[in-house]
Amino acid sequence: MYWRRTMRRVKSWILAASAVTPRPVYEARRRLLQAGAGLVVGSLLPVRSRAVAPAGGVFANAPRGGFGTDEALTPHEFVTGYNNFYEFGTDKADPAAHAHSLRPRPWQVVIDGAVASPLTLDIDEFLKPQQLEERIYRLRCVEGWSMVIPWIGLPLADVLRRVEPLGSAKYVEFTTLHDPEQMPGQRRDVLPWPYVEGLRLDEAMHPLSFLAVGVYGDLLPNQNGAPLRLVVPWKYGFKSVKSIVRIRFTEQQPKTAWNVVAPREYGFYANVNPAVDHPRWSQARERRLGEGLFTARRPTLPFNGYAEEVASLYSDMDLSRDY
Amino acid sequence: MWLAALWLLVLTPALLLLLRALQNQLGANPVEELTLELGQWALRLLLLTLAATPVRRLTGWNGLLRHRRLLGLSAAAYALMHLLVYAVLDQGLALSLIVQDVFKRPFITAGMAAALLLLPLAATSFDAAVRRLGARRWQALHRLVYAATGLALLHFWWKVKVDTAEPAIYLAVFGLLLAARLLPARRRTPQRPVARRQPA
Repeated sequence: MYWRRTMRRVKSWILAASAVTPRPVYEARRRLLQAGAGLVVGSLLPVRSRAVAPAGGVFANAPRGGFGTDEALTPHEFVTGYNNFYEFGTDKADPAAHAHSLRPRPWQVVIDGAVASPLTLDIDEFLKPQQLEERIYRLRCVEGWSMVIPWIGLPLADVLRRVEPLGSAKYVEFTTLHDPEQMPGQRRDVLPWPYVEGLRLDEAMHPLSFLAVGVYGDLLPNQNGAPLRLVVPWKYGFKSVKSIVRIRFTEQQPKTAWNVVAPREYGFYANVNPAVDHPRWSQARERRLGEGLFTARRPTLPFNGYAEEVASLYSDMDLSRDY
Repeated sequence: MWLAALWLLVLTPALLLLLRALQNQLGANPVEELTLELGQWALRLLLLTLAATPVRRLTGWNGLLRHRRLLGLSAAAYALMHLLVYAVLDQGLALSLIVQDVFKRPFITAGMAAALLLLPLAATSFDAAVRRLGARRWQALHRLVYAATGLALLHFWWKVKVDTAEPAIYLAVFGLLLAARLLPARRRTPQRPVARRQPA
């Protein structure tokens, strides 16, 4: 039962890689894996064996990253079958039913704006095995439900540093593909297309911010935002923009999709905050998906449980105003 | 015959939901699925109940009208189940949370008002109640069904985020049903049937 696999139980949610494996050993193992000698040497090293991803997944060998949770994973069928991805329809089941029209290869991502060296990267640039890792994050939707998801990807900061942001850059804007041929939901004006999201630069550079190319040990299914999506685990799910084609550094705060549609309901920051209600949903508690009909909601944690890591980013802000 | 068909119509959604619940087939968010389905069926049955009179007036067919009580009661039953799932499974019967929800969130306020308005109608649906209240007062009371339907539609409209297609369809049907009540008075004026009966 791979979704029941757990990490070593620790009091805090965070589990540094060093707590599992001595860093030199860990890094040595990575290098050796890259050298293609992983099978032989890996069995000799005194490393804690990592849990096994679904058989045959292309990322089955991605090492476990430095962040994790010991909570039970949300079943694969719900992670890939219950999605808000309005580009394929507004019902939760629509994306899985309609996302086959998306062609995630070939795919290019432009990184530009206030940067010294803009880049156009092919998706395969993001798939270099040596840089990928698995991160098990909680995901909290603004609608009051949550999941625990094993993402595969790389820290956002690793990618952003490559383009050498200018001193004037204050925000990072992310844009989803706009192509009604591939994304039939874009034929209806339920949201201003293309979907745009954004982070403040320090949020984007935070080690928790993640670019995912896979989930559950395999490539991202289209409905989860193939081939490349953002994951910002301390914010409501709608910040984690899917199927990214452009990452742009800006001086102005980006005009983000849900914030444009309903600014009173969806703030730019969208930090998970049990003390600040959405006009239509209390945010005090959440329903963990996959727990069945009779399990009570659980209390929502400030910053979705990642307060220790990110609360300092907002120490001078009034989060009931900057929600 | 029509009675059997209507019984089947009103029971099938509930039985299917029960079956799915027993088989653990309500999806990732079973409480939400159950709430949504019960609410939608309450609305559909309310609209069907309201269709009984216009359908008879426009087509002369009174299959619905004869069993309007069954339709109305089943709409109320679905609304009550919807409310119970919300209160028990979603809010864990935490009264303070429910009260907070009702006062803080207009879409909950509207839904709760709609459900509560249906209760006196369901409670006075039997023949003796009509006699005790008197036909006129009973009918005045049961006109609350229009308010309840309107509030239920508002509740649904406010609940969806940006995709108002489905509540818009229900609203259009409600509008047509109300408009249809204005039509028959004009329709009676043509003299066609009389003219036909007169020898040439």
